[in-house]
Amino acid sequence: MTTRKKPVDVVLVGFGWTGAIMAMEMTEAGLNVVALERGDMQDTATAAIYPRVIDELAYSIRGKLFQDLSKETVTFRHRPDDVAVPYRQQGAILLGNGVGGAGFHWNGLTWRPLPSDLKLRSHYTERYGARFIPVDMTIADFPVAYADLEPFFTQFENVAGVSGKAGNIGGRIMAGGNRFEGPRSSEYPLPPLKNVYGDTVFAQAAEDSGYQPFSIPAANASQPYTNPYGVRMGPCNFCGFCEGYGCYMYAKASPQSTILPVLIMRPNFELRTRAHVTRVNLDASRRQATGVTYVDAQGTQVEQPARIVILTAFQLHNVRLLLLSGIGTPYDPATGHGVVGKNFAYQMLSSVNVALPASTEINPFIGSGAGGKSIDDFNGDNFDHGPVGFLGGSGIVHHRTGGRPIGQSAVPKGVPAWGSEWKRSVQQTYHRTLTIGTQGSVMSYRDAYLSLDPTYRDSFGQPLLRITFDWHDNDLKMCDFVTRKAEAIAQATKPTSYQTNPKKPGTRFDTRIYQSTHTTGGAIMGTTPANSVVNRYLQSWDVHNLFVTGASAFPQNFGYNPTGLVGALSYWAAKAIRSEYLRDPRPMVDA
Amino acid sequence: MSRSKLERCLKTTLAFSLLWCAVTKADTLNGSIDKGRYLASAGDCVACHTAVRGKPFAGGLPLETPIGTIYSTNITPDPDTGIGAYTYEDFVKAVQGGVAKDGHALYPAMPYVSYARVTDDDMRSLYDYFTRGVPPVRQTNRKDDVAWPLNVRWPLHLWRLLFVRAPLKTRPTSTQANDKQLARGAYLVEGLGHCGACHTPRAITMQEKALSFSDGSSFLSGGALLGGWQAPSLQGDISDGLGNWSQQEVAQFLLTGRTARTDAFGSMEEVIYNSTQYLTADDASAIAQYLKAIPRTPSPGYAVPQTSARTSFDTLGNLRINSNGARVYVDNCMACHRSNGQGYSVAFPALAGNAALNGDTTEPIIRLVLAGSMSRGTRLTPASFYMPSFGWRLSNADVADVVNFIRQKPADTSFEATEETVAKIRSRLDTQTPK
Repeated sequence: MTTRKKPVDVVLVGFGWTGAIMAMEMTEAGLNVVALERGDMQDTATAAIYPRVIDELAYSIRGKLFQDLSKETVTFRHRPDDVAVPYRQQGAILLGNGVGGAGFHWNGLTWRPLPSDLKLRSHYTERYGARFIPVDMTIADFPVAYADLEPFFTQFENVAGVSGKAGNIGGRIMAGGNRFEGPRSSEYPLPPLKNVYGDTVFAQAAEDSGYQPFSIPAANASQPYTNPYGVRMGPCNFCGFCEGYGCYMYAKASPQSTILPVLIMRPNFELRTRAHVTRVNLDASRRQATGVTYVDAQGTQVEQPARIVILTAFQLHNVRLLLLSGIGTPYDPATGHGVVGKNFAYQMLSSVNVALPASTEINPFIGSGAGGKSIDDFNGDNFDHGPVGFLGGSGIVHHRTGGRPIGQSAVPKGVPAWGSEWKRSVQQTYHRTLTIGTQGSVMSYRDAYLSLDPTYRDSFGQPLLRITFDWHDNDLKMCDFVTRKAEAIAQATKPTSYQTNPKKPGTRFDTRIYQSTHTTGGAIMGTTPANSVVNRYLQSWDVHNLFVTGASAFPQNFGYNPTGLVGALSYWAAKAIRSEYLRDPRPMVDA
Repeated sequence: MSRSKLERCLKTTLAFSLLWCAVTKADTLNGSIDKGRYLASAGDCVACHTAVRGKPFAGGLPLETPIGTIYSTNITPDPDTGIGAYTYEDFVKAVQGGVAKDGHALYPAMPYVSYARVTDDDMRSLYDYFTRGVPPVRQTNRKDDVAWPLNVRWPLHLWRLLFVRAPLKTRPTSTQANDKQLARGAYLVEGLGHCGACHTPRAITMQEKALSFSDGSSFLSGGALLGGWQAPSLQGDISDGLGNWSQQEVAQFLLTGRTARTDAFGSMEEVIYNSTQYLTADDASAIAQYLKAIPRTPSPGYAVPQTSARTSFDTLGNLRINSNGARVYVDNCMACHRSNGQGYSVAFPALAGNAALNGDTTEPIIRLVLAGSMSRGTRLTPASFYMPSFGWRLSNADVADVVNFIRQKPADTSFEATEETVAKIRSRLDTQTPK
């Protein structure tokens, strides 16, 4: 028995960052909006209560804010002819849940991709020739340029109160910023976070090595701030409990701390929590969405009719919902046909652990989510790829998030993980260890994709999403190259010792250790229905009143955290919906 | 013109006139209702006359008084259980005279003494709002929980005659009313705002000691402890009045509950949330101007010394923890209120130099430490800020120590918080029904 709700103008599936942005935009346009969130309400006063929130065991180790994998998870396999198995413990990816999604507890690193990152295939073709791009690499251009998105990057950064220093304003290179970045129209809304001592050490070593380090753009307010919606934020106090925790200082940008106080008051907005969407419903022609079906907290099946359906869940869930609803042709790696699920990509990381002289007092517990220093000389195509024979690059960063006892008091390799020797080692190294990290691009390939698992199902009986993914030579080669550059900087810190953690060629993707939740693709944006799932306005080619936001739109991933672009694309798509689609509801781009 | 044509002409003109009158009257009535709605919010009628999760103005909210628990009444226009049968004269008699339609005297918990100041014009609008703008709710008034003989009403008539002087509207305003804005401020503060109901001390016979500044120097000089909160002095004293508040800060506080240095809590947070956030910018400024014009009168009781306001906090900035109170502060309060006690502008209030910490009672501060506080968003400042509770992790001794620490440890120990005080307040909090 299905309960049928009164029709609304817009139904949003998932209520994290893109859901909150879309809700603000659509309610501002006067539409009736219902947001459906499978998880619970959570905000500072309920889920980030000081001092109880600074509990590493509960949040970082046992994942209190993360998705319950026993109810729903994903399956993983390396190659298309492997058998996928369920991901049963928190490891490589940490999926969010509840109001705000992972936006409630992320770190806050808020980058813009390089202009060339958005035109990847044509850029490499132009500079290095078409043959430079391996045949099995399915990278593509975004169908929107950096210049188109610039005002929307700015809009998102102003809403989130990003702290940083611009490196390029209107073409003018500014000292102290990232000289490689695309041109910005203005300075960041807040000045950069203060440097912790490790930042100073890294920056000095980078400068000594001939680079120009700059502050990482951080959605952790460096001072009290009121955003364009009139919402006040507090400043980051460097508590060292950021990623995985709600922020009790109201400093970390989240939908709760930047948007919800205003949105919740709008009479044309309704939020329903514990509403798990199982399917997007289509009419008989299958070219028009009629709404969605969800299961409420009592287990009742509910139908919510709507004029417009927007998938605003996390990247993986958006793709899964398209597959479960039979929207678009699923991608088949054998034939290369189909689009839903194709071009899945991730993030490539490595690090160098540095042990500084014994007298150093790093004070590692002084940490922020996104404060730190970076160099971009080996990111994107900021260097000549001709001699090195790979595509892509990485940022090299020092990013101190804290010195938490369980996860952030690492000892050198070879030291036991417990006991008196371990204790002695922690005492000797905790105060003087610094990590230099690299975060880089992962290209898309024919054999890395998303599909529905044939065997495993979630607690609602629906097939789990299957991730087929492994590291490819190109990206491992890139990582090796950049790690050696990071190593050189490590040497320039004049350490007593250092330990490099590279990804050697042949490394297989290991789901057991946490790496990153920057999964991308599967519902990519493109120029035609044959090569993509959504058009440049994130509108489905197949179902014109269906929009799909998030990093599922990325044709491949670049050497930065994805959220800045995710936010910008949401505002960009919202503007198009408001100015074009609402006047004349039809496909906005000719197929 | 033919006769029938003339008739038609006249009829049409009459019809139009009547229609025009009706429309204008409706417009006038709607305008009056809207004005009444604004005045009712300035008067904060909703705060007492609406029960928790109850229908607006239907009454039923318990009010703790020195004589027992009384329950607010239904002032929706329901004819049987509300004020639907009230004429305008009945309404005036009740709201400004303190006498209900059936002749019984109202408890002075209803601030009719202040509302007597309201002009006839405004009373008309309030009447229109309450009889035509508020949805009627059928809800019988709850019997008060007052023991005999205090529940006998007729002595209240005596009280009225003894202590309520002539309605203020016939008396001169308390400041030179040359300045229109100042006069408006006086009108709001002394009238609908009824600020004195909390902020003016009362005699043992429960009347406010002064209804305006010309009435006496105790006007707005600070109220008694009520429900665990104490309304501070609004006079110009630096240590515990508005002496070092700018006029702009006062207006900002009324509209948002926050300034760069402090944050509303307790009963005043509710007043801002229910009432003063809806003031126009002009009215908020007028109130601020009037309050700032009240001269300073040194008040008795403890005042945190301004000159050494930072002393306790200074040492923390240098990581010197010299007392248990300092240690408790570092482990619980410092994250938000900072080592120098300055807080963070608008987000978290300053403690160093904050006059809210002054006064001869420590109960409000102890309550905040034990139970925390929510500073709700207003229409101009939508973000809410939350102070968590610490009662669950601090002993009574630790609470007393940290309260004394942030109050700069008064030399006169009678102003100190003690373990026993904290224990008493903690047990009272545990037994209070949650909001």
